[in-house]
Amino acid sequence: MLSIKNLQARIEEKEILKGINLDIKPGEVHAIMGPNGSGKSTLASVLAGRADYEVTAGSVEFLGKDLLELSPEDRAREGVFLAFQYPIEMPGVSTTNFVKTAVNEIRKYRGEEPMDAVAFLKLMKERMKLVNIDQALLSRSLNEGFSGGEKKRNEIFQMAMLEPKLAILDETDSGLDIDALRIVAEGVNKLKSKDNATLVITHYQRLLDYIVPDYVHILYKGRIVKTGGKELALELEEKGYDFIKEELGEEVESPL
Amino acid sequence: MSEMLNTLEQTALSEYKYGWVTDIEADEAPPGLNEDIVRFISAKKNEPEWMLEWRLKAYRHWLKMSEPEWANVKYPKVDYNAIKYYSAPKQKKTLNSLDEVDPELRATFEKLGISLDEQKRLSNVAVDAVIDSVSIATTFKKELAELGIIFCSMSEAVQEHPELIKKWLGSVVPMTDNYFSALNSAVFSDGSFCYIPKGVKSPMELSTYFRINAENTGQFERTLIVAEEGSFVSYLEGCTAPMRDENQLHAAVVEIVALDNAEVKYSTVQNWYPGDKEGKGGIYNFVTKRGICAGVNSKISWTQVETGSAVTWKYPSVILKGDNSQGEFYSVAVTNNHQQADTGTKMMHIGKNTRSRIVSKGISAGFSQNSYRGLVQVGKNAVNARNFSQCDSLLLGDKCGAHTFPYIEVKNSTAQVEHEATTSKIGEDQIFYCNQRGLDTETAVALIINGFAKEVMNQLPMEFAVEAQKLLAISLEGSVG
Repeated sequence: MLSIKNLQARIEEKEILKGINLDIKPGEVHAIMGPNGSGKSTLASVLAGRADYEVTAGSVEFLGKDLLELSPEDRAREGVFLAFQYPIEMPGVSTTNFVKTAVNEIRKYRGEEPMDAVAFLKLMKERMKLVNIDQALLSRSLNEGFSGGEKKRNEIFQMAMLEPKLAILDETDSGLDIDALRIVAEGVNKLKSKDNATLVITHYQRLLDYIVPDYVHILYKGRIVKTGGKELALELEEKGYDFIKEELGEEVESPL
Repeated sequence: MSEMLNTLEQTALSEYKYGWVTDIEADEAPPGLNEDIVRFISAKKNEPEWMLEWRLKAYRHWLKMSEPEWANVKYPKVDYNAIKYYSAPKQKKTLNSLDEVDPELRATFEKLGISLDEQKRLSNVAVDAVIDSVSIATTFKKELAELGIIFCSMSEAVQEHPELIKKWLGSVVPMTDNYFSALNSAVFSDGSFCYIPKGVKSPMELSTYFRINAENTGQFERTLIVAEEGSFVSYLEGCTAPMRDENQLHAAVVEIVALDNAEVKYSTVQNWYPGDKEGKGGIYNFVTKRGICAGVNSKISWTQVETGSAVTWKYPSVILKGDNSQGEFYSVAVTNNHQQADTGTKMMHIGKNTRSRIVSKGISAGFSQNSYRGLVQVGKNAVNARNFSQCDSLLLGDKCGAHTFPYIEVKNSTAQVEHEATTSKIGEDQIFYCNQRGLDTETAVALIINGFAKEVMNQLPMEFAVEAQKLLAISLEGSVG
């Protein structure tokens, strides 16, 4: 589904991704872990097409298409969804109106008729249950005055409505208490199918207790330095990121 | 992003779709302003002596005044002697019916989406079409006359309804009110007159469509709406102009009178040519609009969507004289490139239990400056006056400006005056977020802008709302980055 080869990217003059290789197949859940500044969020942004980043080398193929050639909106329409680490506020635009516009833009791209109000509301009611979100919240301006948990649930609600092929969750666990984390993770799990894939980006192992990955990759200084099964996350949690440095033969600063 | 913006900028260059010129032979006055020109205009219109005297009085007063400088706008001083004060498309002969309108003129309005054709007229909207200095045609006149509603050009009203004109013209905006109202009173060439008799609710929207066509010409139209006791009318105003390198002056006066229990709703979609991307050309829009709630329980509501003009100077106001009367002002003002707008309202509470509501949404982009200026005045007898004002500004980019100048003068301690203001910014983050959900940048900007302006757009009649929404999006294309 997604095939990343030697992907290199920079922001302004700073090299951040220094040759990423990653293959994701339908039905799989991949987790990317790494210390702060390792390039995790950059990878998510580059895949989604954020303009601040310049891709300097490598290729990304998504469902047979050259992803890097597509505009951000076409990537979304092809089925790439990014759950934002910091969801954006849209004053005066209700979540309902926003999602309806998004659903219909995607349908238009596929050559389908726009969804009528009745069908849309029906779908919405059904998907609201997945993330335990209520109608009142969806009538409010998108993310404006939402709590951290409400914002993240709203991201997963949008994901449920847009039914992406590849969902990238960028630090979705940050700022969530354990109950909110569980609700969000359950939502993600219910949306999982043999045809779609999930890329979970996280700093902590905690989220992976609920969204169990098939593969865990450790990103360090812009490269994937280690790949393993779900047990790798536990190992990382136990030993800390220093063990990666040790394995790479880097000097580890001793804590005072 | 930069590539995307380039494409958008190109789209933006072609954004003003009304910039064409119609090749019509015109009957014009030579440039310049003096008593002879005032007499020339009056003679052209075959006006009675009292009208000429009124004009001359205004002209003589105007000579003693100087152009106001307090507005937050900068522009080279207007050379009033370089402007032509009268330009009328040459028509073959007097018209017996609308079908006789010069095909070239008719085509002009067809192109603007306004059909003067008897068969294809806008349903349920009566139109008075004004090109340069004169009214070309008024539709649905007969149907309205059956109800006693008078809807005609100002020139015609002076001839046919002199008593009404003598009584009400200048009663809300005196000729001496300000520099531009004095100028307008001297040289106004046409406009619309609308009279709703006692107890009549107009079954259709009345609308005036203004078009400046000729070169170096000013447009000075005059609109007067009188709503008798217990009547209702909803009035729409639209305007466009060709793209020209020089600035053109538009100095209109609109007066509204609402008597006991009457209601007037006045909606404007102002789309004068705003000038090019470098700020060259465009209309100077210096307009005086004022209504008086003269009777008890009367109501006047202004709704404006301002997207055009190089410089705008406009404060639709309401004098709340009748007890329990209500004034409303809903505004969306968009400025892009080098446009400047200083717009707002005045609510003057005189009667008891008078209420006013102000909702102003300013959107600035490019290098533009957008100011809200509003006065809420509560007189000493205005017991229990209420005002609520909300002024929100939205900035696109970091080279534009938004300013708010609220003035509040309260002389009665029972008054309740509230003012809320916010300023926000459309960022690349918002656009990217929308892009990531499958919305292209144009759709994203439209969604954000319309969300911001929703409260005002909801006030527009259906016929205007859709057009106005599109206009907002078009005016701001290419301005995010």
